[in-house]
Formats: sequence, structure tokens, C-alpha cells
Amino acid sequence: MNRQQKEQYLREYSTLKAQGKPFFPYAVAKDGAMACVVMLAIILMSIILGAELGPKADPTTTTYTPRPEWYFFFLFELLRVIKPPELVPLATIGVPTIAMILLFLLPFYDRGPERRPERRPVAMIAGIFTIAAMGYLTYLGASAGSPTTIEAPTPARIAALPADQRQMYEQGKQVVAQSGCLACHKIGENGNDGPGPHLTDIASRLPAQGIERTLINPTAPMPSFKKLQPEQPETFRAMVMFLGELKGDEEGGGSEGG
Amino acid sequence: MPKLKVPAPPIPEPLKPRPRRPGAPKQKPLDAAADAGAHVVDWVDERTSLSGGLRWMMFRKVPKGTNWFYTLGSATMFAFLSQAVTGVFLAMYYRPDAAGGAYESVRHINDDVFLGEFVHGMHKWGSSVMVILVFLHMARTFFFGAYKYPRELNWVIGVALLILTMAMSFTGYLLPFDQRSYWATIVGVNINGTGPLVGPYLSDFLRGGAEFGATTLSRFYAIHMMLIPGAIGALIGAHLYLVAKLGTTAPPWLKAETAEELREERA
Repeated sequence: MNRQQKEQYLREYSTLKAQGKPFFPYAVAKDGAMACVVMLAIILMSIILGAELGPKADPTTTTYTPRPEWYFFFLFELLRVIKPPELVPLATIGVPTIAMILLFLLPFYDRGPERRPERRPVAMIAGIFTIAAMGYLTYLGASAGSPTTIEAPTPARIAALPADQRQMYEQGKQVVAQSGCLACHKIGENGNDGPGPHLTDIASRLPAQGIERTLINPTAPMPSFKKLQPEQPETFRAMVMFLGELKGDEEGGGSEGG
Repeated sequence: MPKLKVPAPPIPEPLKPRPRRPGAPKQKPLDAAADAGAHVVDWVDERTSLSGGLRWMMFRKVPKGTNWFYTLGSATMFAFLSQAVTGVFLAMYYRPDAAGGAYESVRHINDDVFLGEFVHGMHKWGSSVMVILVFLHMARTFFFGAYKYPRELNWVIGVALLILTMAMSFTGYLLPFDQRSYWATIVGVNINGTGPLVGPYLSDFLRGGAEFGATTLSRFYAIHMMLIPGAIGALIGAHLYLVAKLGTTAPPWLKAETAEELREERA
């Protein structure tokens, strides 16, 4: 806006303002009515939806798939949409930071004098696109279940192992299923496709020691299982063993043993 | 004591005080009470000059054509006030103790305290309502072009308020210390850690060390109930001051010229 446009705007605005009504009581009455609606909405939500408390936080065994509050779903989903590990920092920090800076500086790069929505096509399209993208990502996040089971069949070579080994495998499967791994990893048909890599054939790409190391010292945002190892060594070994047997050949010799 | 002379406020006709009728008795007890009240107000005003500011704030004109979309800002502030009040009541019972006290105190609020779960629910769902209202208010500002000259600075303050609101809900999510809040916060803090340059330092600061532990909870608690609410309160004050100073925007499709023509027609 150049000086003339600024002056024209201020002139026009002062005319409009002079023709307006005083804030009190006209606008205050409207604001008060809206405040009552807000209060009523909060009270109704509290009565109907309650404030349920989940199971107590337990750093060792996690039976909960980490899910943020719903209005962070779009950020959470951004992580899944952008999959390559080298791009993850871009998704986690890059895109939100850039979006934030763009938002902060909006009045400094959109300096046109026009205010009517129908005469600002670029701004309108950008705005509607942003809202649609955030809505879509929020919907994706809301519709993603919280998977806590692995349905992959036990391969034949596991069934052929001695009973205690077989039991360890099953225990590991259960621990992995309930530790929230499937929120970011896919095993067979279960779990989410990203941001973490597929685990269906992880053992053919990573030796058992490598899996153990990753569990203890993972790449963010994966939580660490460092505390589990000294506190519940059995559980931890079972987990490593189960993951170490994921060679991607489960489909073939599935129900032979079982 | 000098009598303070102030211009009459633009009160609408039906609300204006009626002049005393000739036959009415001079001083009734109610009048005496009203006089005493006015006296107290005068006393305070003589020493603070608050009434000028209040008058400036309350009796400023709002342009013609403002509609219900213009109530979203005050509704957001109201949601914040509701969060503040319910938050104070929750803080009376909450203990930021990661060893189990935090979870126990929230369970105590839910199960034992009178209306505890109701107030907890209001605080929990009030955060969703506030976030929705913040976004609606921002959408209104964006689509009406209200962030343009001369209100650029108010937009910047508003974005800061949006980010603080999100930070508020992120830190508040951990406080009940159940499985959901614990693991979601770990992932959230780890996500912060992947950021360039300041990322690792930021997540170390949030955790209060390299490990997620007792310090983390009290740190989140302090940020959630002291640092950010103070900042939000101060920024709301600045936001409101600028709104009052620069005036509420008129709807963009309203033109002063046409409005003037209308007035001439009416005259």
C-alpha cells in the first residue's frame, strides 16, 4: 500500500466508524451472547464426554499407542506422509517452522490494498488450500486406529523350535504389539505405513544386535526402550527375538506348524 | 473536592437515567446509596483517572455492518478465562509428582473431589474449544483482510498467541500422567529434538536433562501454569489495546461512499 492508499483507507474507515454504534452496549451484548454459547458448549462437552483418566503412565511396558491431542493430528500425519528418513527433520521441524514464519509475516508480504475476499484470488486459494490440507491430515489422523495386535502367522521354523523358544517368540510378538510400535511401523498387514520403516522383513536387513541397538538408542522420534533392558530383561530379549525373526517369509510357511 | 465533569456517554435512549419528576420526594434511601457509590467511584477515579481509559475502551464506536463473526475474538478470550478459572481449581488439588503422585492426584480430583471430574472435563474440553475459536478467529481475520494496514502488528501478536495456545495444550497434555499423555509427550519432545541447531537443546530443556523423568513433569507444570499463561495474558492485553486503538475493522465489502449516500437518502 502506498501513502495515498493508506490515507484513503483511513479516511474511509473513519467515516464507517463514525456511522457505527458504540461498543457498549451493542457489541458487548453480542460478545456476551457468544460467551454464553461458549460456556454452554464447554459445560455440555464436560458432562457428556467427561475427563476419563487412562491407565497410569508406565515407562517400561507401554500398552498405549502414542496419540497426541486431536488438534496436533495434522502435524503428526505430516510425519507419516513424508517417509524417507533423511526428510523426517523436514517434516517435523522444517514444514511447521516455514509455515509459522509465513504466518507471522503474512501482513508484510501481502501488502495489497484490496480487502474483499472475491478480489484476492491468490490469498483465498492459498487460505482454502491450507485449511483443506490441515482438515485432510486431521481426518487421516483421526481415522487411523490404534493398532495393538499383530496378526502375522507364526512361521514354520519357529513352530519347529523348542517350546520355551516358541513361547519367547509369542511373548515378544505381544510386547511389540502393545508397545505402540505399530503407530509408526508396519508389520505384515498391521500398523501404520510410516514414519518408521517397515518391520515385516527387518531381520533380513538388520542383525539381531542391530535391532537391539536401535531399541536402546533409536532415531528420534522413536521412544527408547533403554529402561526396559535392565528392569525386565526377559521382556526385552523376547522383543529382540521376535523382531529378529521377522524375515519377511511368514506368508509362505504360515499355518504349517500351527 | 472539585466536581469531575465528564462528557455524557452515548447510552441508547431507553437506558438513559430519567430526570426526577417534580413531585417526587427529594432523597430516598436508594438515592443515598447510589450517591455513596458514586462518591466511592469518584474517590478512586480522582486518584487513578481510570474512567477515561474505561470510557475510551467501552464507548468507542464499532463500524456499521459488524456481524457475529466479530465475536470470535472475545469468545476466544472468554475461553481463555474459563481455562484460567478451572485451571486454578485443578491446581488446588494437583501435585506434579512423577513418582505417582500426579496420577493419584488427578484420580483424586476425578473420583473424590466435589464436581472434580466436571471441572477437569471443562478444562480438558475447554482447550479444544479454545483452539477451535483461535483458528476461527484467525480465519475471519484472514478472509476479511483485517490483517492489512494499519493492523499488521496485531496479526503478529495474534500468531504469537496461537503458538502459545498450542504450547499450552502440549504442556498440559502431560500433566495427568497417564499412558496416553506420557507416551505422546515423549514422542513430541523427541520430535522437537530432530530440529536443526536448537532442536536437541530444546528437547533437553523440556525434559530437564537427557532423560525423561521427575524434572520433566515439574518443568511442564511450571511452564503450563506460570510461564505461558502470563505471556498469554500480557499479549491479550496488547492485542486488545491495539484493537481499541485502531478500531474494529469494517466488513471488507462495505464502502464508506455508499454508506454516505444511504445517509443522505435517509435525511
